[in-house]
Amino acid sequence: MSQQSARSLRRPYRRLGTAVLVMLSLLLVNIGYIQVVKSDEYRTNPANKRTALDDFNRQRGQITAAGGVVLARSVPSDDQYRYQRSYPRGAAYANITGYLSLRYGSTGLENSFNDVLSGDDPALLVDNVSDLVTGRDPRGGNVELTLVPKLQELAYQQLTAKGFTGAVVALRPKTGEVLALVTSPSFNPNPLASHSDAVQKAAYNQLVEARNTSKPSPDVNRSIESVYPPGSTFKLIVAAAALQNGYTPNTAVTGVSTITLPGTGGATLSNYGNETCANKGGSDVSLTEALAHSCNTAFAQVGMKLGADTLRSQAAAFGVGEGGDLGGLQIAPSRVGDMPDAAAVAQSSIGQRDVAFTPYQNAEVVATIANGGLRMQPYLVSRLTKPDLSLLQPATEPTTIGQAIPTSTADQIRSMMLDSEQEMSTASDPALKIASKTGTAEHGADPKNTPPHAWYVAFAPADDPQIAVSVFVADGGDQGLNAIGATVAAPIGQAVIKAALGKS
Amino acid sequence: MTPPHGIITRIARTGRAAELGLLVFAAVIVTSALVIVELNQNRGITLDLLWYGAGYLAALAVTHLLVRRFAPYADPVLMPVAALLNGLGLVMIHRLDLASVANAAAEDQPDPGLQAPLQLMWTGVALVLFLVVLVVIRDHKVLQSYAYTIALLGFIFLAVPAVLPARFSEVNGAKIWIKIPGVFSIQPAEFAKIALIIFAAAFLTSKAQVLNSAGKKVFGLVLPRIRDLGPLLLALILALGVLVRGKDLGTSLLLFGTLLVMIYLATSRVSWLIIGLIGFAGGAVLMYRLFGHVRLRVDIWLHPFADAQNTGYQLVQSLFGLGTGGIFGTGLGAGRPDIVPYASTDFITAALGEELGLVGLTVIILLYMILTTRGLRTAIAAKDNFGALLAGGLAFSFALQVFIIIGGVTRLIPLTGLTTPFLSYGGSSLLANYVMLALLIRISDSSRRPDKPVSRKPSTPLVEAGTEMVPVVRKHSLRKPSGEAS
Repeated sequence: MSQQSARSLRRPYRRLGTAVLVMLSLLLVNIGYIQVVKSDEYRTNPANKRTALDDFNRQRGQITAAGGVVLARSVPSDDQYRYQRSYPRGAAYANITGYLSLRYGSTGLENSFNDVLSGDDPALLVDNVSDLVTGRDPRGGNVELTLVPKLQELAYQQLTAKGFTGAVVALRPKTGEVLALVTSPSFNPNPLASHSDAVQKAAYNQLVEARNTSKPSPDVNRSIESVYPPGSTFKLIVAAAALQNGYTPNTAVTGVSTITLPGTGGATLSNYGNETCANKGGSDVSLTEALAHSCNTAFAQVGMKLGADTLRSQAAAFGVGEGGDLGGLQIAPSRVGDMPDAAAVAQSSIGQRDVAFTPYQNAEVVATIANGGLRMQPYLVSRLTKPDLSLLQPATEPTTIGQAIPTSTADQIRSMMLDSEQEMSTASDPALKIASKTGTAEHGADPKNTPPHAWYVAFAPADDPQIAVSVFVADGGDQGLNAIGATVAAPIGQAVIKAALGKS
Repeated sequence: MTPPHGIITRIARTGRAAELGLLVFAAVIVTSALVIVELNQNRGITLDLLWYGAGYLAALAVTHLLVRRFAPYADPVLMPVAALLNGLGLVMIHRLDLASVANAAAEDQPDPGLQAPLQLMWTGVALVLFLVVLVVIRDHKVLQSYAYTIALLGFIFLAVPAVLPARFSEVNGAKIWIKIPGVFSIQPAEFAKIALIIFAAAFLTSKAQVLNSAGKKVFGLVLPRIRDLGPLLLALILALGVLVRGKDLGTSLLLFGTLLVMIYLATSRVSWLIIGLIGFAGGAVLMYRLFGHVRLRVDIWLHPFADAQNTGYQLVQSLFGLGTGGIFGTGLGAGRPDIVPYASTDFITAALGEELGLVGLTVIILLYMILTTRGLRTAIAAKDNFGALLAGGLAFSFALQVFIIIGGVTRLIPLTGLTTPFLSYGGSSLLANYVMLALLIRISDSSRRPDKPVSRKPSTPLVEAGTEMVPVVRKHSLRKPSGEAS
């Protein structure tokens, strides 16, 4: 073999070498295209599970209540994920914090503030890039709430101690801060955030089990998601409308035990227990007395005189029909319903028929009265902070919505409510200056034989209101058909007010 | 052999020191990778890790010492490249084991079988087989004399799964295995591939003269005479028939491409390549028309996102993993490569790409580039045509296999199942790859070895001795670029 022919014989090998370089370079160019050009598109594709799983591998931010009490946090974990999401205060806050589950996704604030908590919020990106450079784990921002743990947990404990289905909402009248937002029954969110699929499944099945039964669902936030007939608490709105339309607290109204509804062919509307108003034998009473004794006949007649439109616009001024949201938690709109005729107006005036309020709506009504008629925008989230606790955006400032009623009217209702509190069998110490109204609302297909819903709305101290509460207990609580707002709901509201005023 | 050995090392460089250095380098990288996985998985760093690293290094050291003894002049780069790829594969398989154990625990299911210890065991067996090949085959030219026997054995082996009942031969719809359930399973095609390459090299070497001269010229293409290639075509058609029937598209493509290129290497005729590619195109269209599973593969390739949760799931998840990894990757142990089905076998590139990023995959592909070019260099430097053709075929088959599987995983071409050489989980593949590596090392040892007569009287004949062969070797290693003069 000569050298020349040996070299020419090997020439295809060199060409093949070039071909191999081209083939493998093609692979590289294609991989580069995927990992550089298309990288973002693939990474953020909703079908890419890695992004969701990522949440369990980085330190998600905290959700805290007033005073820095931690409601949700991520603690280092030594299993297949790096962090375990935990809810140290558990069920009392479960319908607010929600949960973050691998299998079932997220709910509550975990869902609505996901970008902040996970660190994906654009305002946090700069920090995260610098974390990347310094080699620190990217961390999420924090959500600070206005909730006062003392009140939230007291209210939750009060409701659950007796196995009540219900809700408590507490607002700071001057600012609109939500101090408590409680629902019962609730659930423990911790197992849903478990890294064990089996634990998650069991907890979730338990959570949704109630949907197929008549038992109350633990994952419904009754304080904002459900509406109930407000009963006599609605009389505050009727009174507010009356006082602006020629009535005074001393205006005489009917004191009879029963009235016949016009245009119904004899249907009647009676006072509670079929009694005459304030035990005055059926003679006229003042508007103040009628409210204090919660006389149905009087308010039915006042309502009919005012008319459907006046009532509806007064309710709207208090926010009925608006709905909205608290930090992304949806608020169901409350309603007064259709009032096609005088009979309907009469029934609606005592908070029955189609009138339906969220406990939150009722809290807003009394908070507005407490604040001299000036409606404040309620808010649940006070601040969003970065991982280093500096502000992510300006802290929430109290904002006004508008004057729902004139200050003079608010003052008149305030003193009527002070009388109302003292008329109760469960009246509080007058020194607390609690102004309140109870409600006992019939509902269901057979109202006379269904335990009524019990309500208590109040604020205190009347001359310098620090707190406004709305307490709702479904189906008579533990007192069945005999339940009334004063005996079932009022003690809970009074306990919360005392705690808020430091008098407990 | 031993007495002259010491004298020659001083004159011609064996490259063994370089090999040792590179092997240590590979062991350090693999051990570091293992440590990073453990750290990122929040597992304690124990002394065990050091033992694993030391054990791996020891196995390589033993192999190295035996290469020193039995193939002292072998190319020093081949072995370390394979060791590094094998080691990275082991680390990734171990990392995927951790994920599957964690997933099973989360699902309250029993512990899944671990793949890494098995792969480690197979690595040991493969290294032994590697050494057996080096020790038994002292001169690769023996293979030439047994070419037909080897081809027959390879074909019988290949055909066994087709006659076995599905229970003993079918895994995931491909009837290409020989398995005793619960004990072991092998993929005979991996070994049949080597047999076919050896046969083709021997056959083409013996027919080179005829193939080069005869043939009619049509449209500028020199048409070959079919009868000259008869036995080779018969072997190829039989092999492809068996493979296509077993739905092993990847291996069919690999064998066809490798043999086509070997014919080109033997004859230097581009016309063979063109005819082969036309034949391939015809075959591909025919298969597309005939087989539903081929159509499905093509559909997934064209529209992977059309059915992303079902048929396109694997490819889509592979792309997601690569995209999430980006340029630098998530870091070993910090991604979720276990989401991609078959991450440890066919899709190990996707797993590595997710955690090591574009940077890591570039290094891995460069390793294959080095492996192939060193193999082709061995071929060019070979002293005999059979050795050259065998080395060329083996080297190219590595490159083609990498192109087919990585191209499939990254949606450059339709996906056909194949292992990624040295990286993927799988005993058969690992054994076959180390046998191929042993053959390459055997050929490179003979091509780089100075001629025997030189060693007898080393002082005087150095300049004169081997006037025929030595310059050829030196020319090709020193004057590579200018070698193209014509």
